[in-house]
Amino acid sequence: MNFLSLFVLLPLLMILTLFMTSNRKQVLGTMVAGSTLLVILSAFLAYRYMAARSDGATDPMLFTASLSWFEPLHIRYAVGVDGVSVVMLCLTSLIVFTGTFVSWKMAPLTKEFFLWYCLLATGVFGFFISTDLFTLFLFYETALIPMYLLIGVWGTGRKEYAAMKLTLMLMGSSMILLVGILGIYFSSGATSMNITDLVHISIPLEQQYLFFTLTFFGFGVLGALFPFHTWSPDGHASAPTAVSMLHAGVLMKLGGYGSFRVAITLMPEAAEKLSPIFLVLTAIGVVYGALAAIRQTDLKYINAYSSVSHCNLVLFAILMLTQTALTGAVLQMLSHGLITALFFALIGMIYSRSHTRLITDMGGLMKIMPFLGVGFVVAGLSNIGVPGFSGFVAEMTIFVGAFENDDLFRRILTVAAVTSIVIGAVYILRTIGKFLYGPLQNPEHGKLDDARWYERLAVITLVAAIIYLGSFPTGISAMINDSFSSMLQVAR
Amino acid sequence: MEYTLLILLFPLTSFIVLGLFSNRLSHKAAGIIGTGALLAMTLLSFYAAWDYFTTPKAEGFYQTLIPFNTPWLHMGSHLHIDMGILLDPISVMMLVVISTVSLMVHIYSLGYMKGEKGFQRYYGFLSLFTFSMMGLVLSTNIFQMYIFWELVGVSSYLLIGFYYTRPEAVAASKKAFIVTRFADMFFLIGILVLSYYTQTFDFGTLMSGNETIFQHALSTRFLGASALVWAMALIFIGGAGKSALFPLHIWLPDAMEGPTPVSALIHAATMVVAGVYLVARLFPIYVAFTPEVLEGIAWVGAFTSMFAAVIAIVQTDIKRVLAFSTISQIGFMMVALGVSKLEGHEGLGYMASLFHLFTHAMFKALLFLGAGSIIHAVHSNEMERMGGLRTYMPVTHLTFLVACLSIAGIPPFSGFFSKDEILAAIYGYHTGLGIWMTVAAGFTAFYIFRLYFSIFWGKQTQYAHTPHESPRSMTFPLIFLAIPTLLGGFIPFGHFVTANRSVYTIHPDWPIMFISVLVSLTAIFIARKMYQYAGTKTGEASSGLKGFQKAAYHRFYVDEVYLFITKKILFNGIARAFAWFDHHVVDGSINGLASVTDWVSIKIRGFQSGEIQWYAYIFLFGTLLITALFLFM
Amino acid sequence: MNTMGDFWVVNAGAAVPVVAYQLVSLILFFAGIYGFLTRRNIMMMLISVELILNAADINFAVFNRYLYPGQMDGMFFALFTIAIAACETAVAIAIIINVYRNFGNADVDNLKKMKG
Repeated sequence: MNFLSLFVLLPLLMILTLFMTSNRKQVLGTMVAGSTLLVILSAFLAYRYMAARSDGATDPMLFTASLSWFEPLHIRYAVGVDGVSVVMLCLTSLIVFTGTFVSWKMAPLTKEFFLWYCLLATGVFGFFISTDLFTLFLFYETALIPMYLLIGVWGTGRKEYAAMKLTLMLMGSSMILLVGILGIYFSSGATSMNITDLVHISIPLEQQYLFFTLTFFGFGVLGALFPFHTWSPDGHASAPTAVSMLHAGVLMKLGGYGSFRVAITLMPEAAEKLSPIFLVLTAIGVVYGALAAIRQTDLKYINAYSSVSHCNLVLFAILMLTQTALTGAVLQMLSHGLITALFFALIGMIYSRSHTRLITDMGGLMKIMPFLGVGFVVAGLSNIGVPGFSGFVAEMTIFVGAFENDDLFRRILTVAAVTSIVIGAVYILRTIGKFLYGPLQNPEHGKLDDARWYERLAVITLVAAIIYLGSFPTGISAMINDSFSSMLQVAR
Repeated sequence: MEYTLLILLFPLTSFIVLGLFSNRLSHKAAGIIGTGALLAMTLLSFYAAWDYFTTPKAEGFYQTLIPFNTPWLHMGSHLHIDMGILLDPISVMMLVVISTVSLMVHIYSLGYMKGEKGFQRYYGFLSLFTFSMMGLVLSTNIFQMYIFWELVGVSSYLLIGFYYTRPEAVAASKKAFIVTRFADMFFLIGILVLSYYTQTFDFGTLMSGNETIFQHALSTRFLGASALVWAMALIFIGGAGKSALFPLHIWLPDAMEGPTPVSALIHAATMVVAGVYLVARLFPIYVAFTPEVLEGIAWVGAFTSMFAAVIAIVQTDIKRVLAFSTISQIGFMMVALGVSKLEGHEGLGYMASLFHLFTHAMFKALLFLGAGSIIHAVHSNEMERMGGLRTYMPVTHLTFLVACLSIAGIPPFSGFFSKDEILAAIYGYHTGLGIWMTVAAGFTAFYIFRLYFSIFWGKQTQYAHTPHESPRSMTFPLIFLAIPTLLGGFIPFGHFVTANRSVYTIHPDWPIMFISVLVSLTAIFIARKMYQYAGTKTGEASSGLKGFQKAAYHRFYVDEVYLFITKKILFNGIARAFAWFDHHVVDGSINGLASVTDWVSIKIRGFQSGEIQWYAYIFLFGTLLITALFLFM
Repeated sequence: MNTMGDFWVVNAGAAVPVVAYQLVSLILFFAGIYGFLTRRNIMMMLISVELILNAADINFAVFNRYLYPGQMDGMFFALFTIAIAACETAVAIAIIINVYRNFGNADVDNLKKMKG
């Protein structure tokens, strides 16, 4: 048994244990133990991966394993990781870990909440380790279903509407995705579903056009591709805190990850030809999300639109098809995952105290809750790409990478995307200025308390990760970059 | 000279310690940590300067030393951002300037900020700023410079918004950050263009004089100019934003909402000259390949200096007068850079510009710290609330006077020498421009003495409680900074910093010197006549100039134009349109899809009546129909 | 010689022609259908369904006898159907009794509530 499968087994084991728990304490104990193990496991994986690479392992995917599952269709349970998946696995385990602490006071139905939460995590982890198209899709669906219940049951506001909208839109896109995946399978000669094999087979160009569009679109909707992003603001705004974190932080990254792992890698020629159309969409999405965020007053909506902008930037970078831009895209996925999780965590904490998320109803909270306030400022500054935080590294890599394309069209789009760093500054500073700074607006808020230990733990973990990535990006960036060089070589 | 790394590490460590333990440290401990780290850094900087300038020159030229350089982030196969330390005459000169002013501000703040809430945070931010500024000037490549450039902007944002409970401070900090970031966006695009065509970020490679790396950039043309011209112009816009050149100057006067020592450090002496430093750093490229951009820089600088000087004449808030004065003086530096060439006497402008940067940092910091001392005593920024302070605050008065004389260009104060070099360089380039700048210099002398006479002379004002001299921690920096202000002009600056790095001996240009001193003296005389006994009155101009004066008082409504563009067009227009579009069109179409599905299902539902016999009929007829079809077709 | 035409031929040693059996089965079948479509009482409808099934059974038996006299498949199928029909009747009657308990009669119009 390959140790990568532990990433799936461990959450499943957590689910089993949760079934047997009988009180809150046991539930939380299971979650803390399990998620800590996941963090340790991902750290171990990162260590093993880097050790293997420095020992000269040159395969595109390491730690591969493949078990027969349904042979007539060549469906196998195949796993394997490269630098990109390692990074995403680390991110996921971090978010699951912090999400646990953020949901410390989750009620009612604590046990059930964490059950679905673990199932969601199972899907995400499984997605990132899979190299088989079908298992990939299976895990993808596994991650989507719990979302509906998590939002519909434990959400706030218009939760039924949001849950329905989110699930329907994502299901619709995954239906298209399934057609695309089957299309790839059959047009490549129906010999294998394994991505590592499929990259060696070139698919006829006419079919590439169709299936690239289908798969990229299918994954793109999850990555908030403009104009199919509207599930995301509503979904995020209604979801409970930990789910928002996991969803914006990790689940939306499934879109970006999938679109290059499947759409770009397997059909590079079509990607080259069709990328201008999607580039225009994503570039619009980058600016559009940022501009829409300016007008919002609900903290969660602000961050949700900001996520739309940043996730479109991920897709934008992927479509630029240069190694640097792809590296930047992965860095941006990682960075945005951490930042947006931090944002949602803080928003949840503030909301649980002030019982409002409208920035117009708050003011001067910095004095009342300095820890949360400083955390929010840090999150805000990293969101707009201040050096020293992860956002800067990611965005700069993307912009430099995007500029490597020597045509005016892509240059202009890049410049348009660059404007988002200014618009980002506008909405973030406006938000911070409105609800953290200034005089205390609502005297009732004067009695609120600052973060508890479990909240501090979550915030500090995320901030530390953001600063680490922003200050010492050399190793991580090189690891991702190497994965792409081997991947692009195979593709050509 | 690896020890120069410590110059960065001292303030960084201080920032981290103060940032992490701010709640557990007492005010005193925080002050000691911050100031102590700065003192160590200052001593190292001075030692480094001495070390650098005494290192033997190679063939009469100062060499570029890179004692430390490590790759930080790889981007593709060629490009990589390094973190390193670059020592050459201008960066070493900046080391001295920044560390001196920063140390003085740290000491000064011990008294000025005493007992303020958030004292530890204040020192933490100051350390962060000093670290970033040092990182900026020591950058080995343009991207490292951009990184620290942004960090400087952030620390400026944090410090302007230090009094975060005051809405004006919050608004000012926001404005400063967004305006400079807007400019930085162009800087970034400029870097992207430059680095794409040259395949390097490294200053060493860019300045190597090797023309081949620019071939590609020069041969590519876009909208009538070469890619290199675009890149350099865009980079200059970034510098213009940070250095508050027209029309990106609007953030600087508002930035005065921050604590006064911060204004002295960031918004007078160091950060705002980053743009000048940037142009000076890239000067070899500007002068050799894009002289048209350099010419543009000269004209922008010339306009800015006159524009800001005129506004400064009618402002009533002393910090705003100084702010506009800063804008105007930076304009002087920019003009000097713009008119300069590389070699020998033609490179005078470059030398003069950096000389002025040096002297200006000293006397402007002194002016601001003096203003802080006054505000500390009077508890107001408004000139109308002041008058006759010379008897109450003798030390502040004398040091302030020294600084005023220096900025007005009266010999033998430092400002006289540097400004005179600038004017000489400009006259050598274009006589009309020279006259224009002489007039601006005259305005400078006028507004600064208007300020001086209104505060220290003027009418006797009734104070709520009698003003008193500031504590020693505040007067010491004043006296300390007065020394370079007095004597700085005698530094043989041309021996250290010149455009081509060889030694250049300054020859005074007597006629120009005579004219400028005469203009300044006249201006001072008029100011004395108007304000020595009268104090400040806003309605002082003759009726013909009233409209002009009002416009100048309102800073020629540039802010209003910006406000209109951002608030009315961007915020209420475009952003609202986007939000509407998102809600009604994008979201609406998705919801519409759901509604259509819903509607169709309601319509179809009628067939499922639940009457089983009706189903049976349908079934029967269906079967018969299919049978018939099979039989007869 | 076993073509469709043989249906109308009186088989050697058999007194009754196939078509007679067919007629009985046809009448049974349409009586069942008619009953199912017109009766309101579920019990009667159930009986009608039984009629339809019996019609099918007769057909099975007859065709087996005439077409493949050496085999018993059709017979088995008829028996099988009878067994299934018995089970089905048991379930149906259980449902009908429940309907009767709930509504006080066994009218098919009562059963509309299951619709969406």
